[in-house]
Amino acid sequence: MLYREAGQFKTSYAADQQIFPILQDRVGIAVIAAIALGVLPLVATEYLTTTILIPFLVMSIAAIGLNILTGYAGQLSLGTGGFMATGAFAAYKLSTAFPDLNIVFVFLGSGVITAFVGVLFGIPSLRIKGFYLAVATLAAQFFLLWLFNKVPWFTNYSSSGVISAPPRAIFGDIMVTGSSAHYTAKYLFLLVFVGFLALAAKNLTRCHLGRAWMAIRDMDIAAEIIGIKPLQTKLSAFAISSFYCGIAGAAWAFIYTGSVEPLAFSIEISFKVLFMVIIGGLGSILGSFLGAGFMVLLPVILTNAPHILGLNIPVDMISHLEYMIFGALIIFFLIVEPHGLARLWQIGKEKLRLWPFPY
Amino acid sequence: MDFLYNFFISPFVQIADSPLFFVEVLTGGLLSGVMYSLVALGFVLIFKASGVFNFAQGAMVLFAALFFAGFIDKGVPWWGSLILTIGVMVLLAMTIERVVLRPLVNQPHIILFMATIGVTYFLDGFGQTVWGSSVRVLDIGLPQTPLEIGGVLVNKFDIIAAVVAGSLVAVLAVFFQKTRVGRALRAVADDHQAALSVGIPLKTIWAIVWTVAGLVGLVAGVMWGSKLGVQFSLAMVALKALPVLILGGFTSVPGAIIGGLIIGAGEKVAEVYWADAIGGGIEDWFAYMLALVFLLFRPQGLFGDKIIERV
Repeated sequence: MLYREAGQFKTSYAADQQIFPILQDRVGIAVIAAIALGVLPLVATEYLTTTILIPFLVMSIAAIGLNILTGYAGQLSLGTGGFMATGAFAAYKLSTAFPDLNIVFVFLGSGVITAFVGVLFGIPSLRIKGFYLAVATLAAQFFLLWLFNKVPWFTNYSSSGVISAPPRAIFGDIMVTGSSAHYTAKYLFLLVFVGFLALAAKNLTRCHLGRAWMAIRDMDIAAEIIGIKPLQTKLSAFAISSFYCGIAGAAWAFIYTGSVEPLAFSIEISFKVLFMVIIGGLGSILGSFLGAGFMVLLPVILTNAPHILGLNIPVDMISHLEYMIFGALIIFFLIVEPHGLARLWQIGKEKLRLWPFPY
Repeated sequence: MDFLYNFFISPFVQIADSPLFFVEVLTGGLLSGVMYSLVALGFVLIFKASGVFNFAQGAMVLFAALFFAGFIDKGVPWWGSLILTIGVMVLLAMTIERVVLRPLVNQPHIILFMATIGVTYFLDGFGQTVWGSSVRVLDIGLPQTPLEIGGVLVNKFDIIAAVVAGSLVAVLAVFFQKTRVGRALRAVADDHQAALSVGIPLKTIWAIVWTVAGLVGLVAGVMWGSKLGVQFSLAMVALKALPVLILGGFTSVPGAIIGGLIIGAGEKVAEVYWADAIGGGIEDWFAYMLALVFLLFRPQGLFGDKIIERV
């Protein structure tokens, strides 16, 4: 009853094309934005911010990136971790080579560099398809990590191999990266970044480029016949996806963990991001957020659950049990809703139109 | 300049200098490639019969090895633990078919792929919850001593592995070509619906395929386990088998063997002769790059079914 579009008339093309065509959606998103911007920074504790909110925001950027590639353009990729590592190291090199450069441009620049790397590893996609491509993208994952481990230039010849993210400030004196930054400042900085990136991604998927991606995804030969160029479409998907993954990697290293190391971007993280995209919903920006939230919350809940329940289980046993429950939950979710959490929201919206009346 | 010399000239000079050593490296590589093939075989079997890209094969290798070594540690004789482990793998295959595959029939391939990653996590956790995460030594009396054949040193263990892999492929070939179940398997691999319509029970066939893949995993697990010890890193062997798989083609049993040989030999030779030029530790990615180069020329792998696309 409350959630319906009756009586909301579109009188211009602009109104017809907006991202949130229904008033209730606009109110909802405004409320979410207000809570995220105004309420959470005031009430969230340091633990909540650093273990849940910041990783959630970082992973949603990565999930949006992979969703563009896998969900919209249909190119299965397992190289996300490698691209995130590229972003992290590019940001490190940029910020140490140009100490005066604003951190916003450092992040964007690292995204652009990662985009180039992504295009390079996207070239095989023109010939290889499906699971063959997925395995081929693993080459990117392993090769890039090896490169950052082996070539000392990337770590500025640091002897230990582990380097801490340089502290940088915006607006003159508000520190947002490095270990000395306040967690609220980090959170807000990241939030604004994520807001803009998500908006850009949503609009990209609605323009002709996004439609070309979807055509390639649904059937590439047919798309080619109606005049969509596979070369530009596939490579642009790789470039933009890698741009997002690169920024996610830079944010991971600079804001979340505070140290730049290849070990953090192992194949595990590639799988995790793929899980986010699939559990959240392929081909949905909202789904990227839902999936990221689910995958960030799940380990936190699993780690704390035996403690809350009062069970006394040895530590190594807990980590094995975590693996088991994690795997079982993944399978459970895939069986219950293979189209992801975004699809659940779709169904919920349909139900809400009538609720609380039966028809 | 130095780099170019190290990359393009000095390795070949080394090869020309001592061809016998090169043959030794090459044989060592070929034989270790057989070990990759053992794991890749399990992937191929399942992909052929159900179109599922089973990422859990590596976890199944670890799972089988953990149970086998665990039973032996408990004092069960090796043939007894072999039978027990076979029982466990059959049970596992039936459970996977019932719990994971049956509810996901007709879903896109990527969903099934993700489900097998879920299975991977589950099996890794389950095996280690039951048997603990310490490294177990699996000694079933296989010799590790080197053997000299015509001036070339070869590890006896590797030769046994090659013989085992060879006989495994022979048994599988006979099973696929000559038995009733094998014919049904090939029919299912060709076309699910056509197979169903002539009365082949799809569910039973899938359970059988996963059982066979589990048994291949057991063989691989015993071989790898006695080489490296039974430990968590055994599951990572799957990542080594993937390039073998795409090189040989997802649908070809001989492809898995040939792919393993190429990858094993290429990796060893590159590591011995080119590691100096580009830095060590290349075994993580070299196989993938090699496979990528092959794929650029044959997108379906060397022996995979030709991909026919229609609009």
